[in-house]
Amino acid sequence: MPLTNVSNDAAAKTVTLIAEFDAPVDRAWQLYADPRQLEQWWNPPGFPLTITDHDLSVGGMVRAHVTTPDGQKIHAYWRITAVDAPRSMEWEDGFLDDNLEPNPDMPLSTMRLTLADRAGGGTLMTIVAGFLSAEAMQEYLDMPIEEQMRITVGQADALLR
Amino acid sequence: MFHALADATRRDIVRRTLDRSFSVSTLARGYPMSFAAVQKHVAVLERAGLVTKQRRGREHLVAGNPAALRTAHDALDQLELAWRDRVTRMDRLLATDDL
Repeated sequence: MPLTNVSNDAAAKTVTLIAEFDAPVDRAWQLYADPRQLEQWWNPPGFPLTITDHDLSVGGMVRAHVTTPDGQKIHAYWRITAVDAPRSMEWEDGFLDDNLEPNPDMPLSTMRLTLADRAGGGTLMTIVAGFLSAEAMQEYLDMPIEEQMRITVGQADALLR
Repeated sequence: MFHALADATRRDIVRRTLDRSFSVSTLARGYPMSFAAVQKHVAVLERAGLVTKQRRGREHLVAGNPAALRTAHDALDQLELAWRDRVTRMDRLLATDDL
């Protein structure tokens, strides 16, 4: 497993993950910078992601929709708040309303990515993912789409055990 | 706010106040630090919603908020699971480069 460390902080509302990849930083960055690659790993199998906008500059937006197994389309976005390619990026992750504008009533989380050279080659990736409010955490737990994806994750875990 | 539970004293305050409420001064006697320092820790936890403070007479009673703590743990566990899965998929995708 590439994961080397995981920690949660309830008061900060964050999860921190550290993973190691044999690929160099430039290659790991492409997982985010190339929308076709991002589409392949962001969602679990059965929830295909289609990215329609992909602007990784500060203030830029990534717009995408996920198609659920029952054919529903759910629109989501990233808004980039800081970037230093290929080393780091920070963004907000939320849902879009019917006009494809950010929906303030849906759970909003923030992500911070850092890619660093691993001694001897490869990449150390640090992700800090967190919620902006206690309400966002409750909404995240209550959302049908998140629940469906969690079941998928749980099934994959059960198969691997 | 951002390291409210990373601190051992704050973790201990949350643990103690989940069972029953304590006044800030009673809590303060349990730690090798000033009343003001403990008061600050309580304020950090209160802002994070992990404890509540209620006035009783001249005292402030501090009580843990188990519902908030559970929501936080559940949501973070789920977010962690989602990211563990993503890291596995990233690793698999990088492995296809070598094929």
